[in-house]
Amino acid sequence: MSTSSVSKGCFVFKPSAKKKKTLSLEDHFIHGCEGAEKSKTRFQLCQELWDQIKTDTELLQDELNRKILDSLLDFTRKCSSTRQHSDWASHMRASEIPTAALVLGVNVPDHDMTFQSLSELLQQSVTPHVASVQAKECVALKHLMKRVLERLLGTDVTVDDDDNEEEETEQTRANLHKSVHCSLSTLCDWYTTKTKKSVTPGKKRSSPVKDDLQQPPIVIIFKDLEAFNAKVLQDFILICSRYIERLPLMFIFGIATSPSTIQHMLPHSVSSLLCIELFQSLSCTQHLATVIDKLILTTWFPFKLNGKVMQVLISIFLYHDFSVRNFIKGVQLALLEHFHSQPLSVLCCRKKEAMLNVMQLGNHDLERIRQLPSFKRYVEKQEPQEQETLLKDDTHLKEVCQRLIKNLHKYHKNYYPTLRCLHTLTSSLPRYPLGKQIRELHLICLEKNVWENEEYHTAMKLLKMLAKDELISLLKKCVEILQHAKSKKIKRALLQLEAMLAKFKQLDTVATEPPPPAEESIISPVKNLQKKTDLFQLQKALLEMNESRRSKKLSPFEVLRNEALQFIDGLVQSHLSPPESQTLNEVCYYSSSATVRRHLNAAPRTSIQTALNSPFYYLQNDRLKTEDGTVSNAAPDICIVYKLHLECGRLINLFDWLEAFSTVVSAAEGNDPDSDSFGKVDDVKHARFIRAVSELEFLGFIKSTKQKTDHVARITWGGC
Amino acid sequence: MSALLQHPGYEEERLQTVAKQLPCREVQAGMLLSLMGQPHQYSYPSIFIYGHQSSGKSHVLHVLLKELELPHATVSCVECVSVALLFEQVLLSFFGCVAASLLPRSPSLSDFVRIYRQQSSQSPAKQTRYIVMEKAELLRDSNANLLPALLRLQELVEDNVSVILLSEIVWDRFRPNTGCFEPLLLHFPDYSKGELQHILAQDRNPSYSDEFYSAYINILLGVFYSVCRDLRELRHLAALNFSKFCEPLAEGKVKETDTHKLWRNIEPHLKKAMQTVYLREVSSLQWEKMQQMEEKENGALRGLSAHTHVELPYYSKFLLIAAYLASFNPARTDKRFFVKHHGKIKKTNFLKKNEKTSNHLLGPKPFPLDRLLAIFYSVVDSRVAPTASIFSQISSLVTLQLLTQVSHSEQLDAPKYKCAVSMDFICAISRTVNFEIIKYLYDFL
Repeated sequence: MSTSSVSKGCFVFKPSAKKKKTLSLEDHFIHGCEGAEKSKTRFQLCQELWDQIKTDTELLQDELNRKILDSLLDFTRKCSSTRQHSDWASHMRASEIPTAALVLGVNVPDHDMTFQSLSELLQQSVTPHVASVQAKECVALKHLMKRVLERLLGTDVTVDDDDNEEEETEQTRANLHKSVHCSLSTLCDWYTTKTKKSVTPGKKRSSPVKDDLQQPPIVIIFKDLEAFNAKVLQDFILICSRYIERLPLMFIFGIATSPSTIQHMLPHSVSSLLCIELFQSLSCTQHLATVIDKLILTTWFPFKLNGKVMQVLISIFLYHDFSVRNFIKGVQLALLEHFHSQPLSVLCCRKKEAMLNVMQLGNHDLERIRQLPSFKRYVEKQEPQEQETLLKDDTHLKEVCQRLIKNLHKYHKNYYPTLRCLHTLTSSLPRYPLGKQIRELHLICLEKNVWENEEYHTAMKLLKMLAKDELISLLKKCVEILQHAKSKKIKRALLQLEAMLAKFKQLDTVATEPPPPAEESIISPVKNLQKKTDLFQLQKALLEMNESRRSKKLSPFEVLRNEALQFIDGLVQSHLSPPESQTLNEVCYYSSSATVRRHLNAAPRTSIQTALNSPFYYLQNDRLKTEDGTVSNAAPDICIVYKLHLECGRLINLFDWLEAFSTVVSAAEGNDPDSDSFGKVDDVKHARFIRAVSELEFLGFIKSTKQKTDHVARITWGGC
Repeated sequence: MSALLQHPGYEEERLQTVAKQLPCREVQAGMLLSLMGQPHQYSYPSIFIYGHQSSGKSHVLHVLLKELELPHATVSCVECVSVALLFEQVLLSFFGCVAASLLPRSPSLSDFVRIYRQQSSQSPAKQTRYIVMEKAELLRDSNANLLPALLRLQELVEDNVSVILLSEIVWDRFRPNTGCFEPLLLHFPDYSKGELQHILAQDRNPSYSDEFYSAYINILLGVFYSVCRDLRELRHLAALNFSKFCEPLAEGKVKETDTHKLWRNIEPHLKKAMQTVYLREVSSLQWEKMQQMEEKENGALRGLSAHTHVELPYYSKFLLIAAYLASFNPARTDKRFFVKHHGKIKKTNFLKKNEKTSNHLLGPKPFPLDRLLAIFYSVVDSRVAPTASIFSQISSLVTLQLLTQVSHSEQLDAPKYKCAVSMDFICAISRTVNFEIIKYLYDFL
């Protein structure tokens, strides 16, 4: 390792292998983690949960896309089979390129997964020849051509020769490939040899489906049609249509906006070469609803988001990107943050594991439990003696904790079925007082006691006006929901509800008898009404009438209805209290919405402003600590310059600015304010000033102007 | 008819078969034949043929060259992404693949000429060789030397070769500034209605009589002739709708000769076809499926342009609205619309007459990013932090082609945009967020 040498030279030091120790994910997690003792278990828990989320959401996505993908597959099969007909009509009509226009919605980040599964499905069941292209890799026609050929032929080439050739030769070969053969006629030749080969029995790969399809179609997927250059696409389609007789080509257009973009991009002469069929995918809001339903509103998933975090994630979805993938990423971030920053998250797992983990809690952790606000509240409610043992006796605390964790699990088991019941009852009410989607109701419930909400009361009032058959059908739905629940309380509630439904049904048989003679009492004031013409009397009479109607004897149905609603109300009040009221909720609920927001919805401008206004925030240097609104004179130059520029108008005189800067900086250097040199501009200060000003210009706060010499113009508003 | 196609150089029989395959194009074919001369004679160096889409240019040449067994190379210029491909195809069809492989990587014109001469000296032409260039208008976009060189290729390679250019535009639009060898011009006029009728009637369905099919073609042309004279398209439409035409016949309601009843049956159907399948609103497959279904279910099928609804995130909607306002309002009126206490603005000054009606007729105007954001913040009803995702939404609107970036995409500083959506679209969008956009548009004040 010595570089001593007589002559000058370059020395190469290869990095020693020992130093290159790559950190695993776990090490990253443990590093800087709060409460390091249990970090390994926490990491494992976190990893398990995330894996589960991932597989589940992928399954869900497949499930949701199944329908549209199936119809697409049908379409491709049908197209490739009709091609082989030889009757008069199919001979006569111009051979069009079958094209599927797949409308996927504006959530572009989610499309990748759909296309991934689509091309996999196609390869499995229809054709081995699938190529998908993206707009950004196809700027010109030849690039598009090259990509398509590469993806169709290239995969096969690599299968044939496995020997590890050097990259360079491969590159030259690829280049040769391109320069000599990059045309569809090459593809044509390749295809004919390929299909001929597949007829012969001695073939390497033979999938059963491919054999009964003599000519599997060649599918080209354009992932983002809107971003393609229209001219390139037109030319490509024109070329393809020349070969359609020999090559069973097929296109799939991925469309983000609306199908009419096809007509905007392609003139009639080109679109007449296509046989376009439309496929509409599920809307992203529905997709989110199912994800929330399966992921968030379940008991098996121990990790929970509190109201604010949930709100942040949902508003990012609705306001910004419509992307379910980003939503799941947000959940992942929250998950990671929770396990990373909350030492008690060891208890955030299945009930059995949690029981075990409680027993293994250390002193520190128990102390942390005692510090939890929800636990403190719990302690305050206990008898004084119990309080003392809770605070002193560790084993007792552990037992209590086990009980509390059990209670928390029970709470969740009751919460979700009740929430779903309430949602089914209220989601069809006019004007949706408690929201159309279950997530809205969930948010309300997370926030505070839902039964104290005004909307809840209006919803209940509206429910009291429901007709019989409506109410019965809703209650039946509720019964169905409750049947899946496992908790004892809910089972008891289910029995009650079923009994009530039976009563409603009995009404049907009894209700044939005429209603009690309440009508008379109504009719009589009406009769009186006709006699009186005085306005005051009339009002009085009407009031009386109203009164009498209210106090009128309720029909048996109405009685039963009120009973049922009271029952629902009771259910809601006992099970839908917000999670914050539960003891030890901090274990499962992630609550730092600010962190999530900061990470997912970055605000570069705000952070620049904070950096300039209070450098202490980022630099953490004690010398920079100041009171509100001022900047210490020891701050970085740019902060001082920024602060000074806020005091100016729209045009800033550079010289004045420099003077002010130099004064501030001199004070920071501790120069004697009375000395002559104080505030004098020397070269160094001048240079520092110029650098700071150009940095400000770079950040977009000022710009040079020709309105006045030696001035710059401010671009931002505000300041002093 | 076949009297027109007579040439001493070719056998009578062959000319007969050619003539049979080229209905209504005898004059042009005869002209071409006489231009080409006898096979061993030198032909004119370059011929330029123009005429509208599907007026039989390629077809005539293809049939002539194939039936008379003349050596030829047909190249479509769309396909030739690079000149190399063009050269390769020509050499391949004249001299085989060995010659084609002689071309170096990214060959120049002189490479091509060199190899051509070398090859033709080994196998000199006994007959005229023809190079047919389809869609020749694309040659103008490639190398400036290519077109003039091709026009006098005969001279350059000293071989009996003739280049035939096919195009949809007239020669005047081709002529390079520097001047070039003038090719012989040959015009293919559009088929007349009678000719179309004649040609279409030839490919009748074997299970029906000639008269029946020709009556059908007559009806079809009656509907479509005013909008479409493209032979290929008409043939396609004829094939698609024929089964519907035969339907009453199969049910035994009418006889083959009862043209009027048949017309009454098919005419509304054809009119519908004109609005849907002809415009590719509905694909041909769907159209056929629809014909098989009962009448009442037909209403369910909607064309492509019926789906105009686009779901957008909340802020994207407002960004789009702001972009629309910025594109169609003059910048000086922003103060009037978006500042709460804008003071008095003189009405006469504010409403300039010539500006008044024209903004929507003139189309969207470009606006800088700053203005878009300023309008956005005043339009959106809640306080929005200027986060990164707001900016990324702007660029995703650009990729969705709802906005277009006017300035160069590499210019990071103060980019300019234009709004690319229609009035109806923006009205639908603003209805979903309860924003009355009409109130904010200068044109509708």
